[in-house]
Amino acid sequence: MDLSLSTRTVGDRTVVEVGGEIDVYTAPKLREQLVELVNDGSFHLVVDMEGVDFLDSTGLGVLVGGLKRVRAHEGSLRLVCNQERILKIFRITGLTKVFPIHTSVEEAVAATD
Amino acid sequence: MATVELRFSALPEHVRTARLVAAAVARRAGVDEAVLDEVRLAVGEACTRAVGLHQSNGVSAPVRVALTEDEKQFSIEVGDEAPRSAPGDRAPGARGGEGGEPEAESEDEMGLAVISGLVDDVEVTAGESGGLIRMTWPTTPAPLVP
Repeated sequence: MDLSLSTRTVGDRTVVEVGGEIDVYTAPKLREQLVELVNDGSFHLVVDMEGVDFLDSTGLGVLVGGLKRVRAHEGSLRLVCNQERILKIFRITGLTKVFPIHTSVEEAVAATD
Repeated sequence: MATVELRFSALPEHVRTARLVAAAVARRAGVDEAVLDEVRLAVGEACTRAVGLHQSNGVSAPVRVALTEDEKQFSIEVGDEAPRSAPGDRAPGARGGEGGEPEAESEDEMGLAVISGLVDDVEVTAGESGGLIRMTWPTTPAPLVP
């Protein structure tokens, strides 16, 4: 199992669909993708994690790094996740307070601060 | 002696193997199915941390994972051979090898935070010859506490 990444644009948001396992081996690919998007001027990101089977602290670190980058451009980074096993990791690290977490891509795309 | 012992080169691509093996042995040992996700995550975090410590300290030795099944508990020990001058010390610049990526610095601590958030019974020790994370789970259902 590897990491799969695909991006699409919905209005002014860029949706990054992530699948597979985000760990110390695959997280750099996600980091590259987020950095590339920000460098290309996409500052409002929605990371769809519904296809993610595994997430560890390395993955959390990449997401926090992504958030930091978009915020430098007054952007946003929203997550889509309904999986309890993944949500738990955000809860125990206190990151549910840092990331807006939505139940669907539609909801995340429609959300405003 | 450990039920299953695993030694792997300190490379990120092998951490997944350690997770899979640990989860398989834990399942066989009778760790509750609902807890297996936690076992997988915790052992992954411990191995990720060990790989990072070996890489940043130039340690060529493998990372060691010992999986031990006892009568009522299952324990995992993840050992690294990265020297610390004092317990709990981190080598300067550890995991900062990517030109100061902002997220890299906090990963080691976040890994430990995840482990301590997930696992009730965890011991972290470190000394001159390396560090050890020992995590234990019950293999029989815990009695209900009123």
